[in-house]
Amino acid sequence: MAPDEKPHLPGPSLWPVGFAVGIACVLVGLVVSWPVAAVGAALALIFGFLWIRDVTSDVRGEPAAEPQELVEEEPAIVVSGDDDYPTTYSRNKFLELTTLGLGGVITGLVAVPILGFAVLPAFVDQKLDPIDLGPLDNYPEGKWVITTYLANPHQGEVSRHTAFVRYNGEFEQGVPSFTLISNRCVHLGCPVQASGPHSEQVKKIHTDVGEVSLTDVIPAAFSCPCHGGAYDLEGNRTAGPPVRALDRYYFSIKDNRLFLGEAYAVAKVKGEGKDARIKAYTHAGPGQHVDGPEAWLYPIVPSQVST
Amino acid sequence: MAVATRKRKQGKLMTALMMPLDWLEERSGLVGGVKYFLFRKVPRDTSWWHTLGSATLTAFLVQAGTGVILAMYYKPHPDTAYESIQAITQDLTLGWLIRGMHKWGASVFIILMFLHMARVFLFGAYKYPRELNWIVGVLLLVTGMLEGFTGYLLPWDQTAYWASVVGINLNGTAPFLGPFLAWFLQSGAEIGTDTLSRFYSLHMLLLPGALAGLILLHLYLVVRLGVSSPPWSPEEAGRERPELPSNGRPGLVTPRARVRAK
Repeated sequence: MAPDEKPHLPGPSLWPVGFAVGIACVLVGLVVSWPVAAVGAALALIFGFLWIRDVTSDVRGEPAAEPQELVEEEPAIVVSGDDDYPTTYSRNKFLELTTLGLGGVITGLVAVPILGFAVLPAFVDQKLDPIDLGPLDNYPEGKWVITTYLANPHQGEVSRHTAFVRYNGEFEQGVPSFTLISNRCVHLGCPVQASGPHSEQVKKIHTDVGEVSLTDVIPAAFSCPCHGGAYDLEGNRTAGPPVRALDRYYFSIKDNRLFLGEAYAVAKVKGEGKDARIKAYTHAGPGQHVDGPEAWLYPIVPSQVST
Repeated sequence: MAVATRKRKQGKLMTALMMPLDWLEERSGLVGGVKYFLFRKVPRDTSWWHTLGSATLTAFLVQAGTGVILAMYYKPHPDTAYESIQAITQDLTLGWLIRGMHKWGASVFIILMFLHMARVFLFGAYKYPRELNWIVGVLLLVTGMLEGFTGYLLPWDQTAYWASVVGINLNGTAPFLGPFLAWFLQSGAEIGTDTLSRFYSLHMLLLPGALAGLILLHLYLVVRLGVSSPPWSPEEAGRERPELPSNGRPGLVTPRARVRAK
């Protein structure tokens, strides 16, 4: 095949516009009504014929007048781009800046909500309702119970959490004391186990947040299977890599039922059971210090800004 | 006579065969572009070591191909993810093969990236003028490892779940922004329903897109700068080397033999 000097371009023609309108009419007509489709088909036929006649005019030997116009325009471009270059440049510059500026504004308008949607939902609506852990008589004094419950019933089983619960007797007259320890290891978040004989019977009760399971256990310690973190029964670290004591939960009692509230972080527990003295820190992720100089590395944690 | 006729016939056949390519070339220049990309000058003493880069690219293409098909059968929801992976592995025809290719191919991809990186380092191929391509390569390595991190959660079994818990919480211990990064990755305070789809989206849309873009940039720089000779080579690299400065010392980049010859 010999390479052609001229590009194989048909001359400019407006007929395709009419043809396209005709096709659109046909498509609309198919949905709306047959007469519209018929009109569309007629339009498409007429303009299609005209278009084909236009395009094949070359082959049929009719002259096309277009190229001459292009030749006429050329000198004008050369003149304007010659001596007056600086003024042309400033106009160019203006257009360039407006294009970039408008483009930037449009990009921002689109990108900000996109990024916001990617990030913000992780920090908004994260507060959970108190969890109903069932009637108080499931928690005998001085005994540990492993409870599992749905922390976020909307999410289903994926949100099943475990807490170690112990009733410490009455703190004052008529004020009960509970210890509720989270099983999330404060090293890197693995599930801490109660080391000791478990009851073979798992009691399952149903509350308004779904199934809650209760297992009696006589632990000697809490220990983590992943990297060997070990804690005593107040949650204080006794060995391994954890950076603080196990997290705890606030609790409340309503209608003789135990409710598990928000979690808080603990650096160290002094004392035991109902005599324990605990400073509650904002709940932080595993591996994050809440006291001492290392805590300066985490001046703000998500649970302080989430809603 | 017969030979001439056959030659003419062959010529006609070639023209007919080349027609579509000529058509494409006239309108896009793509044929020339592909030729320019494939038939480049490379140093005479390139060796098998120089194939590690294209091996890595092949591993990436295998991951992309198998991943797209796996996405047709995988269901990224906590209730269905594990079952759908089981179905792919055990029930669906050839599913075991494609999932196996994707699973083991992931390790192959990472290992090849490191081998390629070692080759470039030991050959000194990261030096001027190819420093930028080393940087792009490091970004590719990081993005590839993020692919590994996000892909590991998707089988949604115990190993996947707890490994991701530990991995996310490791990120969470980074100072200042670490806790926020962990919440972003989890889509909340803890791993939940949104975490899986978030990792899935990152794993199959954002990160592969970034990888593809970076690979194009990486290849562009390879084509532009040429392939480097091995350090023991007496040959020029793909393009002329800068003159050794008068007080310059011949070393790995400019072998003694070549300097002496000048």
